[in-house]
Amino acid sequence: MTAAAPLRSANTTRRKVVNVVMLTLTGLCTLVAAGTLVFILGYLFIHGGSSLTLDFFTKLPTPVGEAGGGMANAILGSAKLLLIAMLVGVPLGFMGGVYLSEFGGSAFSFFVRYTTDLLNGVPSIVIGIFAYTVIVLPQKHFSTLAGGLALGVMMIPIAIRSSEEFLRAVPISLREGSMALGASKARSILTVVIPAAKHGILTGIMLNLARVAGETAPLLFTSFGNRYWSPGWDQPTAALPVMIFNYAISPYEDWHRQAWSAGFVLLALVLTVNIVARIIISKRTSPR
Amino acid sequence: MTTQTILGVALATVIGTGLASAQLINGAGATFPYPIYSKWFDSYHKQFPNLQFNYQSIGSGGGVKQITEGTVDFGASDNPMSDKLLAAYKAKRQNSVLHFPSVLGAVVIAYNLPNVPQQLNLSGELLAAIFLGRVWKWNDPEMVKMNPGVKLPDATIVVIHRSDGSGTTFILSDYLSKVSKEWEAKVGRASSVKWPTGLGGKGSEGVTGQVKQIPNSLGYTELIFAVQTRTPFAKMRNASGALIQADLKSVTEAAASSEGLPDDFRASITNAPGKGAYPISSFTWLLIPDRIQDPAKRNAVKSFLKWMLTDGQDMTEALNFSRLPKAVIAKELRLIEKIQ
Amino acid sequence: MTTPVAHSATNPRRPSGRARTFWTRLKTGDEVAFLITLACAASVLLVTGLLVFELYQNSALPRHKFGWSFLTTDVWDPVAEEFGALPFIYGTLVTSALALVIGIPLGVGAAIFLAELAPARISAGLTFLIELLAAVPSVIYGLLGIFILVPALRSAEPTLRAVLGWMPIFQGPFYGVSLLSAGVVLSVMILPFIISISREVILAVPNDQREAALALGATRWETTWDIVLPYAKNGITGSIFLALARALGETMAVTMVIGNDPKIVGSLFAPGYTIAAVIANEFTEATGDMYSGALIELGLVLFGLTIIINAVARILVSGGRLKGAP
Repeated sequence: MTAAAPLRSANTTRRKVVNVVMLTLTGLCTLVAAGTLVFILGYLFIHGGSSLTLDFFTKLPTPVGEAGGGMANAILGSAKLLLIAMLVGVPLGFMGGVYLSEFGGSAFSFFVRYTTDLLNGVPSIVIGIFAYTVIVLPQKHFSTLAGGLALGVMMIPIAIRSSEEFLRAVPISLREGSMALGASKARSILTVVIPAAKHGILTGIMLNLARVAGETAPLLFTSFGNRYWSPGWDQPTAALPVMIFNYAISPYEDWHRQAWSAGFVLLALVLTVNIVARIIISKRTSPR
Repeated sequence: MTTQTILGVALATVIGTGLASAQLINGAGATFPYPIYSKWFDSYHKQFPNLQFNYQSIGSGGGVKQITEGTVDFGASDNPMSDKLLAAYKAKRQNSVLHFPSVLGAVVIAYNLPNVPQQLNLSGELLAAIFLGRVWKWNDPEMVKMNPGVKLPDATIVVIHRSDGSGTTFILSDYLSKVSKEWEAKVGRASSVKWPTGLGGKGSEGVTGQVKQIPNSLGYTELIFAVQTRTPFAKMRNASGALIQADLKSVTEAAASSEGLPDDFRASITNAPGKGAYPISSFTWLLIPDRIQDPAKRNAVKSFLKWMLTDGQDMTEALNFSRLPKAVIAKELRLIEKIQ
Repeated sequence: MTTPVAHSATNPRRPSGRARTFWTRLKTGDEVAFLITLACAASVLLVTGLLVFELYQNSALPRHKFGWSFLTTDVWDPVAEEFGALPFIYGTLVTSALALVIGIPLGVGAAIFLAELAPARISAGLTFLIELLAAVPSVIYGLLGIFILVPALRSAEPTLRAVLGWMPIFQGPFYGVSLLSAGVVLSVMILPFIISISREVILAVPNDQREAALALGATRWETTWDIVLPYAKNGITGSIFLALARALGETMAVTMVIGNDPKIVGSLFAPGYTIAAVIANEFTEATGDMYSGALIELGLVLFGLTIIINAVARILVSGGRLKGAP
């Protein structure tokens, strides 16, 4: 018995050491992960924010090699693209989510959910190819419409899933109460269920928009690019992420600075939307 | 939120349609002449504010492809379209495409050697050997022989080439095919070749960007990109044996000492025989369909071409592009009438 | 006397139950709602079906010419019209694998800390921060990659070579842009996915499992490693597959730091090329139907890969949440 005791305590010490070491390592991992984000934010803020001028928001790009100019057309272009994306992706996605949540349960719904996940997993560059073959080629020109539709297609799966999730979260008692008062199913959905889920659905739309706002690949062969303002919806347009890409790989210092500024603006917008959306959600789901 | 959305839509539509009064003409293609095209289109727009020529530099391959698909109104390429490509165009679009030389430019060999202050010299054979991977160190004996007195580092040459379909690649590979039988046999001349070695950059801008970022690298790009970014580039030994700096004079002489251009303007002037000719010079072409349906677009394109061949030529030298020879300009002005 | 009006619940003008005909339902809007929402849900099927059809149709030329050898040829020669996907499949798999090798230990480690050790408020706060990493657009990762990561790796090259140079995958010339840089950027991009899902799955492990282990004398680490993780392993593996699917499709960040060279070299220091990157670089200029068809076929290959990986991930994650028992 006594012979075993020293062995046990040596083993215990080893186990205690391993315990502390491994747990500290996990803390370090977390530090690295969180630290990376802080670093990214900080660097973009310092590097991009400091070179941000009013010109960036108001001027058009200057000829190649000449310093100055801005990305006003790209900012408007991105806004127009997101508008089309929203007009396409949100109604289809939201209504689809309503279907899955309120009328679902059949094999068809399962099939729809499976395909939604499938579409969600398609790499954005492949969506770009799709939009090019289906819209740009037949129309014979690059356009804001094609770019917006590509982004809209990317929005649909997430819109469906998040709408369904938030609609499902509405307690069934609300639906039953409404029906008991004589309202039809459609009326119940419209006036009771959807309003009850509206915060979640709106934040879902915001997050979705923020995600596609940064997408570059599908725009390369749809909205293409434009050094000027893009009139209407059927001409090529500049977009913020594409400008960042083109300027970043160029050899001009001035363009690099503008790429940093654009990156900062884009990131600030995307992160602000994300943070606001999450705050809204957490407020709604906190216990009353 | 709904009111805001409606307002947003209204605003965007107003802005969108309000600017529809400007005639937008879309083009895409070569990165080689991008600086001068961008300057031209900007100046032309200042003179005629209702005309906007939107040019996207996606590479000569892209210019040829998009004009063939009909998704842009004009293309641009430093690699004249081959008979096969012309036939493919005709099959797809039913009409023909015309080549309009716009400027003369030079492909220079830019490099990044932080500790070498002198300008390097290269010959065609040596350049071919570098791009073939045979000469892969900066202080290779052949490099040292070519550059006496220069302290070349004992480092690997990082070759940078184009990752996209490029007329500049065509110009370089055309030149290398002329000066090196080994290159002609192994790689050949084309917009997209199977590079024996090196990294890929997108566009001449991308290649210049990579050369500036990576120490001990070497790549090929248009003269103006090297000058604008203050990247050092080498003197080339030409067919007469002289070491020539790429500039307005040497490029003009390359065009002058080459045989005359054929009627369709497709020709190569690399490795020109002139005494002071820069050996990697080239024309670059605008690809214009000979049938443009929209009368507004047709007139805009024709008037721009006339302007390019007259006033526009005065702006080329500030950006280190050489003017077109007078005889060529005269022939082109006559060709403009062929655009229906 | 006034005309008798029925006040009862069963107003004859408003029949109920089976007596409600299609038209009545239509008038009250139920049928309309059903049909409209059904159509919208079906639009997903339409779009996806059209997508697959277009990819398949437009890649017909190279598929007929090369068949399955497309996947095993390593020649990419647009001039001779010889196309093979192998260099790009290689680059895609290698960079994704490297991303996982870096991301899994970091991600699972952070998830353990956040789920097991950190106090609830700090855990929620840090997770929130880390999940924001997922919202950063790819092109911004590329921007940071070009100007910060690649030069940093270039200066770190001597150290890397000293420490890791004995392995063949860390030999050969290094220019900064390489498979290594792409793998590192991808690892940062997939980190939030691994952390977020793994943390959720670990939190879902019932507390009595932990308490039982601790009661038997296990240390915190032993409890986590031997009891909690195996319980959560399905979910964690699922998160890894999800992260992998994400890494496979990444385009912009990769093309900005990988070097764009379609060669298969057995070293991480060498430049490479991925499927997504070559499509982005060459699609707008692919002259000829064979060339553009080959790029579309590459898109089809990528699509297939991501479907398979996503499917596996989904099975694992939902399985991990439902059962969990090893």
